[in-house]
Amino acid sequence: MTDLTKLTLTEARDGLAKKSFSALELTDAHLAAIEAARALNAYVLETPDQARAMARAADERLAKGAGGPLEGIPLGVKDMFATRGVRTTACARILSNFVPPYESTVTSQLWRDGAVMLGKLNNDEFAMGSSNETSAFGPVVSPWRRRIEKKILSESRGPSKDVAGPDLVWKGMKTSEEEIYDTAKLVPGGSSGGSAAAVAANLCLGATGTDTGGSIRQPAAFTGTVGIKPTYGRCSRWGIVAFASSLDQAGPFARTVEDAAILLRSMAGHDPKDTTSVDRAVPDYAAAVGKSVKGMKIGIPKEYRVDGMSAEIEKLWGEGAAMLKAAGAELVEVSLPHTKYALPAYYIVAPAEASSNLARYDGVRYGVRVPGRDIVEMYEKTRAEGFGPEVRRRIMIGTYVLSAGYYDAYYLRAQQVRTLIRKDFEDCFANGVSAILTPATPSAAFGIGEKTSEDPVEMYLNDVFTVTVNMAGLPGLAVPAGRDSQGLPLGLQLIGRPFDEETLFTLGGVIEQTAGRFTPQRWW
Amino acid sequence: MSVDTATVRKIAHLARIAVKDDEVAHLQGELNAILAFVEHLSEVDVAGVEPMTSVTPMAMKKRADVVNDGEIADAVVANAPAIEDHFFLVPKVVE
Repeated sequence: MTDLTKLTLTEARDGLAKKSFSALELTDAHLAAIEAARALNAYVLETPDQARAMARAADERLAKGAGGPLEGIPLGVKDMFATRGVRTTACARILSNFVPPYESTVTSQLWRDGAVMLGKLNNDEFAMGSSNETSAFGPVVSPWRRRIEKKILSESRGPSKDVAGPDLVWKGMKTSEEEIYDTAKLVPGGSSGGSAAAVAANLCLGATGTDTGGSIRQPAAFTGTVGIKPTYGRCSRWGIVAFASSLDQAGPFARTVEDAAILLRSMAGHDPKDTTSVDRAVPDYAAAVGKSVKGMKIGIPKEYRVDGMSAEIEKLWGEGAAMLKAAGAELVEVSLPHTKYALPAYYIVAPAEASSNLARYDGVRYGVRVPGRDIVEMYEKTRAEGFGPEVRRRIMIGTYVLSAGYYDAYYLRAQQVRTLIRKDFEDCFANGVSAILTPATPSAAFGIGEKTSEDPVEMYLNDVFTVTVNMAGLPGLAVPAGRDSQGLPLGLQLIGRPFDEETLFTLGGVIEQTAGRFTPQRWW
Repeated sequence: MSVDTATVRKIAHLARIAVKDDEVAHLQGELNAILAFVEHLSEVDVAGVEPMTSVTPMAMKKRADVVNDGEIADAVVANAPAIEDHFFLVPKVVE
């Protein structure tokens, strides 16, 4: 039997429908892959018993012809989603013993549609970080490694027998090449680093993520996977550990654009329990993949040509534009003049909302408690021990910018700048632009421990291209589009009109079709 | 704007996070780096600009003022570090 973990979600669904294999076999193959990949630290909790029980139930429903759209599909869940009876920690020490008595709306919809939960995935503590290094469970190791050398052994040799599945080769790769890799460990990006690494390393067919400033799109770009942050309000935030409520959105990771579209359809939808959830029909996103892009106007924002942008990213961006043009889209230069203020405004709004949201961790109702002489000392000790350095930093910045005398200078001004950022996009879309193409990240993945300078801003700059989208509440898709000189995957970002995720899937499909897919060579 | 060590201690207290003496200088440096970064916003002309209050323009949803949940005290206190019956226990706050 072929390796079931190498299938795409769509292929697995077809295989289950044709009874080529059972949901239990599919789940078992993934559980074995997870066990063999513990060196990546992608899963912080494996739930094999629950996974097998869910897979057996899926097989029963499939046998009766009563399967849902994700029946028997094994998925990983970012540890930011509350899962009933299954430890949910946000990868924070302060929540290390929390077992929710309820299920998040997004995950409940995945189980409603028949999906199987393999376990909980690592992330930066409370989703605050861009490398997954702030997790209380330690960093995730990317399945990707830098290539040092590429030896052509024999150019005349034909394709080897390994080229069985479409995901085994990337465009242009010859199987007669021997590649030598650096053993230095790279980050998968963050905050949804576990989700990205698990999808890239075939440890699930798809995964959930959350994105507050780029936490789905940046790790997707770093790992050669597809990730989408939908429009604010598209997915319910109920049952997701809150970071910055006006920016947080859930979204899927997958190995193909179509797979991501299938997952989003199940995750999205109105939820009366989230007042910002939008009551709007959920389209069949997968139907948008493969549609024509002829005549679509694609904006190329000049402000994204930032100082010090690497030549490789600039080249990739140009190649992506050429792919869309070749498919019949029209490219137009657009201007988003407030782009450079998005990141500074984000580092006021996000910490302000975080400081308020994280006030709930006081050692009284749930989580870890450190005793003190009185209640204030108990709070202060609990929070000092329970929060890691990055979370503490952001709570303190948020507390400061919201404190008496500073609110107008910081928070109010940042929210005004946010209005201007959204207006930049609105003006662009009003001129007939269907979507905007940008790089997803300023560079390829970096090494674990490489960005731990005294200045926290260095890490924040990773989100320079993604954060504008959260500030404006728009949908953004990251799709792999090429590789750097060391063989690491690079991604592009497509930004859409509010609730027009379909156009992003259509355009992402064109890039995927042209650029091919990107799979790390297994070393773990 | 930048913060001095006294302000760092004040913020830590407002945030209810204990900070050790030898951490203050380090935190001050980090917070000032972030504050210097966000200082760029002072360049922007925001006169007459409405602050964003709703990301996706929508009318506030309201639900009926009725009891639709409850009788789950066991679940509510299940994760608490210290309880007595269905009450959360905290150190004494009133003498």
